[in-house]
Amino acid sequence: MAWNKLGVIGMDTTNPLFFIMNLIPYLAEGLLMTLQISVLSFFFGLCLATLLTLMRVFGNLPLRTISRAYIEAFRGTPVLVQLLLIYFGLPSIGIKFDPVTAAIITLSLNSAAYQAEILRSSIKAIPETQYLSAESLGMSTFQIYRYVILPQALRTAVPALVNEMVALVKESSLASVIGVVELTRRGEYMVAYTFRALEVYIAVALVYLVVCLALSQLSKVIEAKFRIPGYERGRA
Amino acid sequence: MSEDVLLVKDLYAGYGNQEVIRGVSLKVSKGEKVVIMGPSGSGKSTLLKSIVRLVEPWKGLIYINSINVLDPRTDIRKVRQMVGFVFQSYNLFPHMTVLRNITLPLETVKKMPKEEAIQKAIKVLRLVGMEEFKDRYPLQLSGGQQQRVAIARALAMDPVLLLLDEPTSALDPELKEEVLDVLRDIAKRGISMLIVTHELDFAEDVADRIVFMDDGRIIEEGPPHRVLYNPRIDRTKKFLRAIARRVFR
Ligand SMILES: Nc1ncnc2c1ncn2[C@@H]1O[C@H](COP(=O)(O)OP(=O)(O)O)[C@@H](O)[C@H]1O
Ligand SMILES: [Mg+2]
Repeated sequence: MAWNKLGVIGMDTTNPLFFIMNLIPYLAEGLLMTLQISVLSFFFGLCLATLLTLMRVFGNLPLRTISRAYIEAFRGTPVLVQLLLIYFGLPSIGIKFDPVTAAIITLSLNSAAYQAEILRSSIKAIPETQYLSAESLGMSTFQIYRYVILPQALRTAVPALVNEMVALVKESSLASVIGVVELTRRGEYMVAYTFRALEVYIAVALVYLVVCLALSQLSKVIEAKFRIPGYERGRA
Repeated sequence: MSEDVLLVKDLYAGYGNQEVIRGVSLKVSKGEKVVIMGPSGSGKSTLLKSIVRLVEPWKGLIYINSINVLDPRTDIRKVRQMVGFVFQSYNLFPHMTVLRNITLPLETVKKMPKEEAIQKAIKVLRLVGMEEFKDRYPLQLSGGQQQRVAIARALAMDPVLLLLDEPTSALDPELKEEVLDVLRDIAKRGISMLIVTHELDFAEDVADRIVFMDDGRIIEEGPPHRVLYNPRIDRTKKFLRAIARRVFR
Protein backbone atom coordinates (compact mmCIF):
# COMPACT_ATOMS: atom_id res chain seq x y z
CA MET A 1 0.00 0.00 0.00
CA ALA A 2 1.09 3.46 -0.80
CA TRP A 3 0.62 4.54 2.79
CA ASN A 4 3.07 1.94 3.95
CA LYS A 5 5.52 2.67 1.24
CA LEU A 6 5.69 6.28 2.29
CA GLY A 7 5.81 5.26 5.91
CA VAL A 8 3.29 7.92 6.79
CA ILE A 9 1.24 5.45 8.85
CA GLY A 10 1.98 5.88 12.49
CA MET A 11 3.36 9.35 11.98
CA ASP A 12 2.55 11.76 14.80
CA THR A 13 0.00 14.15 13.27
CA THR A 14 -1.21 15.84 16.42
CA ASN A 15 1.51 18.49 16.58
CA PRO A 16 1.49 20.51 13.31
CA LEU A 17 5.10 21.65 13.72
CA PHE A 18 6.25 18.11 14.26
CA PHE A 19 4.16 17.00 11.34
CA ILE A 20 5.75 19.59 9.02
CA MET A 21 9.25 18.62 10.13
CA ASN A 22 8.49 14.96 9.58
CA LEU A 23 7.24 15.65 6.07
CA ILE A 24 10.49 17.15 4.90
CA PRO A 25 12.40 13.86 4.46
CA TYR A 26 9.58 12.63 2.21
CA LEU A 27 9.93 15.71 0.10
CA ALA A 28 13.69 15.34 -0.27
CA GLU A 29 13.44 12.95 -3.18
CA GLY A 30 11.25 15.46 -5.00
CA LEU A 31 13.79 18.16 -4.24
CA LEU A 32 16.43 16.10 -6.02
CA MET A 33 14.35 16.12 -9.20
CA THR A 34 13.67 19.86 -8.80
CA LEU A 35 17.38 20.57 -8.54
CA GLN A 36 18.20 18.28 -11.45
CA ILE A 37 15.71 20.07 -13.71
CA SER A 38 16.70 23.57 -12.68
CA VAL A 39 20.46 23.07 -12.70
CA LEU A 40 20.45 21.37 -16.11
CA SER A 41 18.09 24.01 -17.52
CA PHE A 42 20.37 26.72 -16.18
CA PHE A 43 23.46 25.32 -17.90
CA PHE A 44 21.80 24.46 -21.21
CA GLY A 45 20.17 27.89 -21.02
CA LEU A 46 23.53 29.53 -20.43
CA CYS A 47 25.07 27.79 -23.46
CA LEU A 48 22.23 28.88 -25.71
CA ALA A 49 22.30 32.36 -24.18
CA THR A 50 25.99 32.63 -25.02
CA LEU A 51 25.22 31.77 -28.63
CA LEU A 52 22.33 34.27 -28.72
CA THR A 53 24.58 36.96 -27.24
CA LEU A 54 27.35 36.28 -29.74
CA MET A 55 24.79 36.56 -32.54
CA ARG A 56 23.49 39.81 -31.10
CA VAL A 57 26.83 41.46 -30.42
CA PHE A 58 28.89 40.27 -33.38
CA GLY A 59 26.30 39.05 -35.88
CA ASN A 60 25.09 40.66 -39.07
CA LEU A 61 21.57 42.02 -39.32
CA PRO A 62 19.78 38.68 -39.99
CA LEU A 63 21.56 36.99 -37.07
CA ARG A 64 20.82 39.92 -34.78
CA THR A 65 17.18 39.84 -35.81
CA ILE A 66 16.86 36.11 -35.19
CA SER A 67 18.42 36.49 -31.76
CA ARG A 68 16.13 39.36 -30.84
CA ALA A 69 13.03 37.60 -32.15
CA TYR A 70 13.91 34.51 -30.11
CA ILE A 71 14.36 36.55 -26.95
CA GLU A 72 11.13 38.48 -27.45
CA ALA A 73 9.15 35.31 -28.21
CA PHE A 74 10.27 33.46 -25.11
CA ARG A 75 9.98 36.43 -22.78
CA GLY A 76 6.63 37.47 -24.17
CA THR A 77 4.78 34.18 -23.55
CA PRO A 78 4.07 32.29 -20.29
CA VAL A 79 6.42 29.42 -19.44
CA LEU A 80 3.44 27.23 -18.67
CA VAL A 81 2.10 27.71 -22.19
CA GLN A 82 5.56 26.94 -23.59
CA LEU A 83 5.68 23.74 -21.52
CA LEU A 84 2.21 22.60 -22.60
CA LEU A 85 3.08 23.38 -26.20
CA ILE A 86 6.23 21.31 -26.10
CA TYR A 87 4.81 18.38 -24.13
CA PHE A 88 1.28 18.16 -25.53
CA GLY A 89 1.58 20.14 -28.75
CA LEU A 90 4.69 18.79 -30.45
CA PRO A 91 3.62 15.11 -30.44
CA SER A 92 0.99 16.02 -33.05
CA ILE A 93 3.85 16.70 -35.48
CA GLY A 94 5.65 13.59 -34.36
CA ILE A 95 8.06 15.08 -31.76
CA LYS A 96 7.58 13.38 -28.44
CA PHE A 97 9.47 13.78 -25.16
CA ASP A 98 9.06 12.17 -21.78
CA PRO A 99 7.89 14.63 -19.11
CA VAL A 100 11.30 15.27 -17.52
CA THR A 101 12.96 15.92 -20.88
CA ALA A 102 10.10 18.18 -21.95
CA ALA A 103 10.45 20.18 -18.73
CA ILE A 104 14.22 20.57 -19.12
CA ILE A 105 13.92 21.58 -22.78
CA THR A 106 11.22 24.13 -22.06
CA LEU A 107 13.00 25.71 -19.13
CA SER A 108 16.34 25.76 -20.98
CA LEU A 109 14.83 27.47 -24.01
CA ASN A 110 12.98 29.93 -21.80
CA SER A 111 15.87 30.68 -19.49
CA ALA A 112 18.22 31.20 -22.45
CA ALA A 113 16.17 34.24 -23.44
CA TYR A 114 16.48 35.80 -19.99
CA GLN A 115 20.15 34.90 -19.59
CA ALA A 116 20.93 36.33 -23.03
CA GLU A 117 19.38 39.62 -21.93
CA ILE A 118 21.50 39.55 -18.76
CA LEU A 119 24.71 38.91 -20.72
CA ARG A 120 23.93 41.56 -23.30
CA SER A 121 23.14 44.24 -20.74
CA SER A 122 26.28 43.50 -18.73
CA ILE A 123 28.39 43.80 -21.87
CA LYS A 124 26.64 47.05 -22.73
CA ALA A 125 27.37 48.35 -19.23
CA ILE A 126 31.13 48.39 -19.92
CA PRO A 127 32.00 51.96 -20.88
CA GLU A 128 33.13 52.83 -24.40
CA THR A 129 36.41 54.14 -22.95
CA GLN A 130 37.48 50.58 -22.06
CA TYR A 131 37.23 49.56 -25.72
CA LEU A 132 39.01 52.74 -26.81
CA SER A 133 41.95 52.27 -24.50
CA ALA A 134 42.33 48.59 -25.43
CA GLU A 135 42.12 49.44 -29.13
CA SER A 136 44.63 52.24 -28.73
CA LEU A 137 47.12 49.68 -27.42
CA GLY A 138 46.75 47.64 -30.60
CA MET A 139 44.71 44.79 -29.13
CA SER A 140 42.56 42.71 -31.49
CA THR A 141 38.78 42.48 -31.10
CA PHE A 142 39.14 38.96 -29.73
CA GLN A 143 41.78 40.05 -27.21
CA ILE A 144 39.66 43.03 -26.15
CA TYR A 145 36.67 40.83 -25.35
CA ARG A 146 38.74 38.03 -23.86
CA TYR A 147 40.85 40.13 -21.50
CA VAL A 148 39.05 43.42 -21.00
CA ILE A 149 35.31 43.29 -21.66
CA LEU A 150 34.12 39.80 -20.67
CA PRO A 151 35.94 39.54 -17.33
CA GLN A 152 34.27 42.78 -16.27
CA ALA A 153 30.89 41.98 -17.82
CA LEU A 154 30.68 38.54 -16.20
CA ARG A 155 31.31 40.06 -12.80
CA THR A 156 28.42 42.42 -13.40
CA ALA A 157 26.25 39.51 -14.55
CA VAL A 158 26.73 37.22 -11.51
CA PRO A 159 23.92 38.56 -9.29
CA ALA A 160 21.41 38.57 -12.15
CA LEU A 161 22.44 35.07 -13.26
CA VAL A 162 22.01 33.69 -9.75
CA ASN A 163 18.66 35.42 -9.67
CA GLU A 164 17.78 33.56 -12.85
CA MET A 165 18.81 30.28 -11.20
CA VAL A 166 16.48 31.08 -8.29
CA ALA A 167 13.68 31.79 -10.77
CA LEU A 168 14.34 28.40 -12.41
CA VAL A 169 14.10 26.53 -9.12
CA LYS A 170 10.66 28.06 -8.61
CA GLU A 171 9.52 27.70 -12.22
CA SER A 172 10.50 24.02 -12.26
CA SER A 173 7.41 23.46 -10.09
CA LEU A 174 5.42 23.88 -13.31
CA ALA A 175 6.77 20.49 -14.42
CA SER A 176 4.34 18.96 -11.90
CA VAL A 177 1.58 19.89 -14.34
CA ILE A 178 2.84 17.37 -16.91
CA GLY A 179 3.39 14.71 -14.28
CA VAL A 180 7.03 15.11 -13.33
CA VAL A 181 7.40 14.04 -9.71
CA GLU A 182 9.45 16.88 -8.35
CA LEU A 183 9.09 18.78 -5.12
CA THR A 184 5.64 20.26 -5.72
CA ARG A 185 4.19 17.06 -7.18
CA ARG A 186 5.54 15.14 -4.20
CA GLY A 187 3.68 17.61 -2.02
CA GLU A 188 0.49 16.95 -3.94
CA TYR A 189 0.85 13.23 -3.27
CA MET A 190 1.35 13.90 0.41
CA VAL A 191 -1.81 15.97 0.48
CA ALA A 192 -3.72 13.15 -1.20
CA TYR A 193 -2.49 10.71 1.47
CA THR A 194 -2.82 12.91 4.53
CA PHE A 195 -5.52 15.47 3.63
CA ARG A 196 -3.41 18.05 5.44
CA ALA A 197 -2.96 20.55 2.62
CA LEU A 198 -1.96 23.49 4.84
CA GLU A 199 0.90 21.74 6.60
CA VAL A 200 2.12 19.93 3.50
CA TYR A 201 2.29 23.03 1.35
CA ILE A 202 3.97 24.96 4.15
CA ALA A 203 6.61 22.23 4.23
CA VAL A 204 6.97 22.38 0.43
CA ALA A 205 7.30 26.17 0.52
CA LEU A 206 9.91 25.93 3.28
CA VAL A 207 12.07 23.62 1.19
CA TYR A 208 11.93 26.00 -1.78
CA LEU A 209 12.73 28.91 0.52
CA VAL A 210 15.80 27.20 1.98
CA VAL A 211 17.16 26.37 -1.48
CA CYS A 212 16.63 29.90 -2.76
CA LEU A 213 18.19 31.48 0.34
CA ALA A 214 21.19 29.22 -0.07
CA LEU A 215 21.55 30.36 -3.68
CA SER A 216 21.44 34.04 -2.68
CA GLN A 217 24.13 33.29 -0.15
CA LEU A 218 26.18 31.61 -2.88
CA SER A 219 25.77 34.71 -5.02
CA LYS A 220 27.21 36.86 -2.25
CA VAL A 221 30.20 34.54 -1.92
CA ILE A 222 30.88 34.61 -5.67
CA GLU A 223 30.48 38.38 -5.83
CA ALA A 224 32.85 38.86 -2.92
CA LYS A 225 35.41 36.55 -4.48
CA PHE A 226 35.41 38.38 -7.79
CA ARG A 227 34.88 41.90 -6.51
CA ILE A 228 37.20 44.38 -8.18
CA PRO A 229 39.43 45.79 -5.43
CA GLY A 230 38.75 49.45 -4.84
CA TYR A 231 35.38 49.21 -6.54
CA GLU A 232 33.38 49.07 -3.31
CA ARG A 233 34.40 52.64 -2.63
CA GLY A 234 32.46 53.85 -5.61
CA ARG A 235 29.42 51.86 -4.57
CA ALA A 236 26.28 53.56 -3.35
CA MET B 1 59.23 63.66 -44.88
CA SER B 2 61.35 60.92 -43.37
CA GLU B 3 62.12 63.02 -40.28
CA ASP B 4 58.42 63.59 -39.62
CA VAL B 5 57.05 61.18 -37.08
CA LEU B 6 53.55 62.42 -37.84
CA LEU B 7 52.27 64.07 -40.95
CA VAL B 8 48.60 64.95 -41.29
CA LYS B 9 47.36 66.55 -44.46
CA ASP B 10 43.96 68.06 -45.18
CA LEU B 11 42.18 65.76 -42.77
CA TYR B 12 38.39 65.60 -42.51
CA ALA B 13 36.57 63.54 -39.88
CA GLY B 14 33.33 63.49 -37.94
CA TYR B 15 30.45 61.46 -36.57
CA GLY B 16 27.49 60.41 -38.71
CA ASN B 17 27.06 63.40 -40.97
CA GLN B 18 28.39 65.93 -38.45
CA GLU B 19 31.71 67.24 -39.73
CA VAL B 20 34.08 67.86 -36.80
CA ILE B 21 37.57 68.04 -38.33
CA ARG B 22 37.50 70.34 -41.33
CA GLY B 23 40.76 70.19 -43.18
CA VAL B 24 43.55 69.94 -40.60
CA SER B 25 47.21 69.75 -41.63
CA LEU B 26 49.81 69.13 -38.96
CA LYS B 27 53.35 67.88 -38.57
CA VAL B 28 55.30 66.51 -35.65
CA SER B 29 58.95 65.93 -36.40
CA LYS B 30 61.24 63.56 -34.52
CA GLY B 31 61.54 64.53 -30.85
CA GLU B 32 59.23 67.50 -31.27
CA LYS B 33 56.60 68.42 -28.66
CA VAL B 34 53.47 70.00 -30.09
CA VAL B 35 50.71 71.33 -27.85
CA ILE B 36 47.15 71.69 -29.12
CA MET B 37 44.83 74.21 -27.48
CA GLY B 38 41.34 75.28 -28.31
CA PRO B 39 37.86 75.68 -26.89
CA SER B 40 35.80 72.71 -25.82
CA GLY B 41 34.09 71.09 -28.78
CA SER B 42 36.61 72.41 -31.29
CA GLY B 43 37.58 68.84 -32.24
CA LYS B 44 40.86 68.28 -30.37
CA SER B 45 39.94 64.82 -29.07
CA THR B 46 38.47 63.84 -32.41
CA LEU B 47 41.69 64.87 -34.15
CA LEU B 48 43.83 62.77 -31.80
CA LYS B 49 41.52 59.77 -32.13
CA SER B 50 41.38 59.99 -35.90
CA ILE B 51 45.19 59.89 -36.11
CA VAL B 52 45.10 56.24 -34.98
CA ARG B 53 41.68 55.62 -36.50
CA LEU B 54 39.83 55.30 -33.20
CA VAL B 55 37.56 57.62 -35.15
CA GLU B 56 37.52 56.77 -38.84
CA PRO B 57 38.70 59.77 -40.93
CA TRP B 58 36.64 60.78 -43.96
CA LYS B 59 39.43 61.96 -46.17
CA GLY B 60 42.96 63.31 -46.09
CA LEU B 61 46.38 61.84 -45.49
CA ILE B 62 48.03 60.54 -42.33
CA TYR B 63 51.60 59.26 -42.23
CA ILE B 64 53.21 57.92 -39.07
CA ASN B 65 56.91 57.13 -39.46
CA SER B 66 56.28 57.14 -43.21
CA ILE B 67 53.55 54.50 -42.89
CA ASN B 68 50.39 55.46 -44.74
CA VAL B 69 47.84 55.08 -41.94
CA LEU B 70 44.76 55.42 -44.14
CA ASP B 71 45.91 52.91 -46.74
CA PRO B 72 43.46 49.99 -46.50
CA ARG B 73 46.42 47.60 -46.76
CA THR B 74 47.97 49.04 -43.59
CA ASP B 75 47.35 46.96 -40.46
CA ILE B 76 46.07 49.63 -38.11
CA ARG B 77 46.95 47.53 -35.08
CA LYS B 78 50.61 47.72 -36.08
CA VAL B 79 50.30 51.50 -36.20
CA ARG B 80 48.57 51.66 -32.82
CA GLN B 81 51.41 49.65 -31.27
CA MET B 82 53.75 52.43 -32.32
CA VAL B 83 51.64 55.26 -30.95
CA GLY B 84 50.89 55.71 -27.24
CA PHE B 85 47.52 57.20 -26.34
CA VAL B 86 46.81 58.75 -22.94
CA PHE B 87 43.21 59.66 -22.22
CA GLN B 88 41.72 62.36 -20.04
CA SER B 89 39.97 59.70 -17.93
CA TYR B 90 43.04 57.35 -17.64
CA ASN B 91 41.01 54.31 -18.78
CA LEU B 92 43.04 51.69 -16.96
CA PHE B 93 41.49 48.22 -16.80
CA PRO B 94 39.94 48.20 -13.31
CA HIS B 95 39.90 44.42 -12.85
CA MET B 96 43.68 44.06 -13.24
CA THR B 97 46.56 45.10 -11.04
CA VAL B 98 48.72 48.03 -12.09
CA LEU B 99 51.40 45.58 -13.21
CA ARG B 100 48.98 43.48 -15.25
CA ASN B 101 47.61 46.60 -16.92
CA ILE B 102 51.05 47.06 -18.41
CA THR B 103 52.09 43.46 -19.05
CA LEU B 104 48.82 42.53 -20.79
CA PRO B 105 49.40 44.62 -23.93
CA LEU B 106 53.09 43.69 -23.92
CA GLU B 107 52.21 39.98 -23.87
CA THR B 108 49.17 40.00 -26.14
CA VAL B 109 50.14 42.70 -28.64
CA LYS B 110 53.94 42.65 -28.60
CA LYS B 111 54.12 38.90 -27.89
CA MET B 112 56.72 39.57 -25.23
CA PRO B 113 57.53 36.64 -22.89
CA LYS B 114 55.98 37.06 -19.46
CA GLU B 115 59.21 37.58 -17.53
CA GLU B 116 60.48 40.18 -19.96
CA ALA B 117 57.11 41.95 -19.85
CA ILE B 118 57.26 42.15 -16.07
CA GLN B 119 60.79 43.58 -16.15
CA LYS B 120 59.71 46.14 -18.73
CA ALA B 121 56.60 47.07 -16.74
CA ILE B 122 58.62 47.62 -13.58
CA LYS B 123 61.06 49.76 -15.48
CA VAL B 124 58.37 52.12 -16.80
CA LEU B 125 56.57 52.18 -13.46
CA ARG B 126 59.81 53.34 -11.87
CA LEU B 127 60.01 56.06 -14.49
CA VAL B 128 56.66 57.50 -13.36
CA GLY B 129 57.32 56.85 -9.67
CA MET B 130 54.67 54.14 -9.33
CA GLU B 131 56.79 51.04 -8.82
CA GLU B 132 55.69 50.48 -5.24
CA PHE B 133 52.03 50.45 -6.34
CA LYS B 134 52.45 47.66 -8.88
CA ASP B 135 50.20 45.22 -7.03
CA ARG B 136 47.40 47.70 -6.37
CA TYR B 137 44.25 47.91 -8.45
CA PRO B 138 43.50 51.11 -10.37
CA LEU B 139 40.47 52.07 -8.27
CA GLN B 140 42.63 51.95 -5.16
CA LEU B 141 44.72 54.82 -6.53
CA SER B 142 44.22 58.56 -6.78
CA GLY B 143 43.47 60.08 -10.17
CA GLY B 144 47.00 61.40 -10.47
CA GLN B 145 48.47 57.98 -9.71
CA GLN B 146 46.14 56.31 -12.21
CA GLN B 147 47.17 58.76 -14.87
CA ARG B 148 50.85 58.10 -14.15
CA VAL B 149 50.19 54.37 -14.61
CA ALA B 150 48.37 55.11 -17.88
CA ILE B 151 51.40 57.06 -19.05
CA ALA B 152 53.66 54.16 -18.05
CA ARG B 153 51.44 51.74 -19.96
CA ALA B 154 51.74 53.86 -23.08
CA LEU B 155 55.51 54.18 -22.67
CA ALA B 156 55.98 50.45 -22.17
CA MET B 157 55.06 49.91 -25.81
CA ASP B 158 58.10 51.97 -26.87
CA PRO B 159 56.01 54.32 -28.97
CA VAL B 160 57.50 56.59 -31.62
CA LEU B 161 54.79 59.12 -30.81
CA LEU B 162 52.78 59.85 -27.69
CA LEU B 163 49.28 61.34 -28.02
CA LEU B 164 47.95 62.87 -24.81
CA ASP B 165 44.36 64.13 -24.61
CA GLU B 166 44.02 66.59 -21.72
CA PRO B 167 45.95 64.28 -19.38
CA THR B 168 45.46 66.50 -16.33
CA SER B 169 42.09 68.13 -16.84
CA ALA B 170 40.19 65.49 -14.83
CA LEU B 171 42.52 65.99 -11.85
CA ASP B 172 42.24 68.17 -8.78
CA PRO B 173 44.74 71.05 -8.88
CA GLU B 174 46.99 69.48 -6.26
CA LEU B 175 47.26 66.28 -8.30
CA LYS B 176 47.97 67.97 -11.63
CA GLU B 177 51.56 68.81 -10.79
CA GLU B 178 52.68 65.22 -10.13
CA VAL B 179 51.46 64.24 -13.57
CA LEU B 180 52.86 67.32 -15.29
CA ASP B 181 56.24 66.66 -13.64
CA VAL B 182 56.23 63.13 -15.03
CA LEU B 183 55.38 64.49 -18.47
CA ARG B 184 58.16 67.09 -18.28
CA ASP B 185 60.54 64.31 -17.39
CA ILE B 186 59.42 62.14 -20.30
CA ALA B 187 59.60 65.08 -22.69
CA LYS B 188 63.30 65.41 -21.90
CA ARG B 189 63.86 61.85 -23.11
CA GLY B 190 63.34 62.90 -26.67
CA ILE B 191 60.08 61.16 -27.50
CA SER B 192 57.77 62.93 -29.93
CA MET B 193 54.60 64.18 -28.28
CA LEU B 194 51.30 65.68 -29.38
CA ILE B 195 49.55 67.02 -26.31
CA VAL B 196 46.14 68.58 -25.88
CA THR B 197 46.37 70.71 -22.75
CA HIS B 198 45.38 74.05 -21.34
CA GLU B 199 48.16 74.14 -18.75
CA LEU B 200 49.85 77.35 -19.87
CA ASP B 201 53.04 77.04 -17.80
CA PHE B 202 53.52 73.45 -18.86
CA ALA B 203 52.92 74.32 -22.51
CA GLU B 204 55.42 77.15 -22.33
CA ASP B 205 58.04 74.87 -20.74
CA VAL B 206 57.63 71.85 -22.91
CA ALA B 207 56.16 72.81 -26.27
CA ASP B 208 58.28 73.45 -29.33
CA ARG B 209 55.14 74.64 -31.02
CA ILE B 210 51.58 75.48 -30.01
CA VAL B 211 48.68 74.87 -32.35
CA PHE B 212 45.33 76.56 -31.88
CA MET B 213 42.15 74.85 -32.98
CA ASP B 214 38.71 76.30 -33.38
CA ASP B 215 35.69 74.73 -35.01
CA GLY B 216 37.63 71.85 -36.53
CA ARG B 217 40.40 73.96 -38.05
CA ILE B 218 43.85 75.13 -37.02
CA ILE B 219 43.54 78.88 -36.77
CA GLU B 220 46.98 79.77 -35.46
CA GLU B 221 50.28 78.12 -34.71
CA GLY B 222 53.78 79.07 -33.71
CA PRO B 223 56.40 78.94 -30.96
CA PRO B 224 54.97 79.11 -27.41
CA HIS B 225 56.08 82.61 -26.45
CA ARG B 226 54.68 84.06 -29.66
CA VAL B 227 51.30 82.29 -29.51
CA LEU B 228 50.84 82.71 -25.78
CA TYR B 229 52.00 86.33 -25.40
CA ASN B 230 51.36 87.76 -28.80
CA PRO B 231 48.52 85.91 -30.52
CA ARG B 232 47.55 87.31 -33.92
CA ILE B 233 44.05 85.94 -34.14
CA ASP B 234 41.23 87.46 -32.06
CA ARG B 235 39.73 84.08 -31.27
CA THR B 236 43.03 82.91 -29.79
CA LYS B 237 43.37 86.06 -27.71
CA LYS B 238 39.88 85.70 -26.31
CA PHE B 239 40.44 82.05 -25.49
CA LEU B 240 43.76 82.68 -23.75
CA ARG B 241 42.24 85.49 -21.74
CA ALA B 242 39.46 83.13 -20.64
CA ILE B 243 41.96 80.48 -19.51
CA ALA B 244 44.10 83.03 -17.70
CA ARG B 245 41.07 84.35 -15.87
CA ARG B 246 40.22 80.80 -14.80
CA VAL B 247 43.74 80.28 -13.47
CA PHE B 248 44.14 83.52 -11.59
CA ARG B 249 40.67 83.80 -10.16
N1 LIG C 1 31.47 59.88 -30.06
C1 LIG C 1 30.91 60.99 -30.59
N2 LIG C 1 29.76 60.89 -31.28
C2 LIG C 1 29.19 61.99 -31.82
N3 LIG C 1 29.68 63.24 -31.70
C3 LIG C 1 30.80 63.40 -31.02
C4 LIG C 1 31.49 62.29 -30.42
N4 LIG C 1 32.59 62.76 -29.80
C5 LIG C 1 32.61 64.10 -30.01
N5 LIG C 1 31.55 64.48 -30.74
C6 LIG C 1 31.25 65.86 -31.17
O1 LIG C 1 32.35 66.33 -31.91
C7 LIG C 1 32.62 67.67 -31.58
C8 LIG C 1 34.07 67.81 -31.16
O2 LIG C 1 34.28 67.06 -29.99
P1 LIG C 1 35.71 66.80 -29.38
O3 LIG C 1 36.59 66.28 -30.45
O4 LIG C 1 35.54 65.95 -28.17
O5 LIG C 1 36.16 68.26 -28.98
P2 LIG C 1 37.23 68.73 -27.90
O6 LIG C 1 38.07 67.57 -27.53
O7 LIG C 1 37.98 69.82 -28.59
O8 LIG C 1 36.45 69.27 -26.75
C9 LIG C 1 31.63 68.09 -30.52
O9 LIG C 1 30.59 68.80 -31.15
C10 LIG C 1 31.13 66.78 -29.98
O10 LIG C 1 29.80 66.91 -29.59
MG1 LIG D 1 38.40 66.68 -25.67
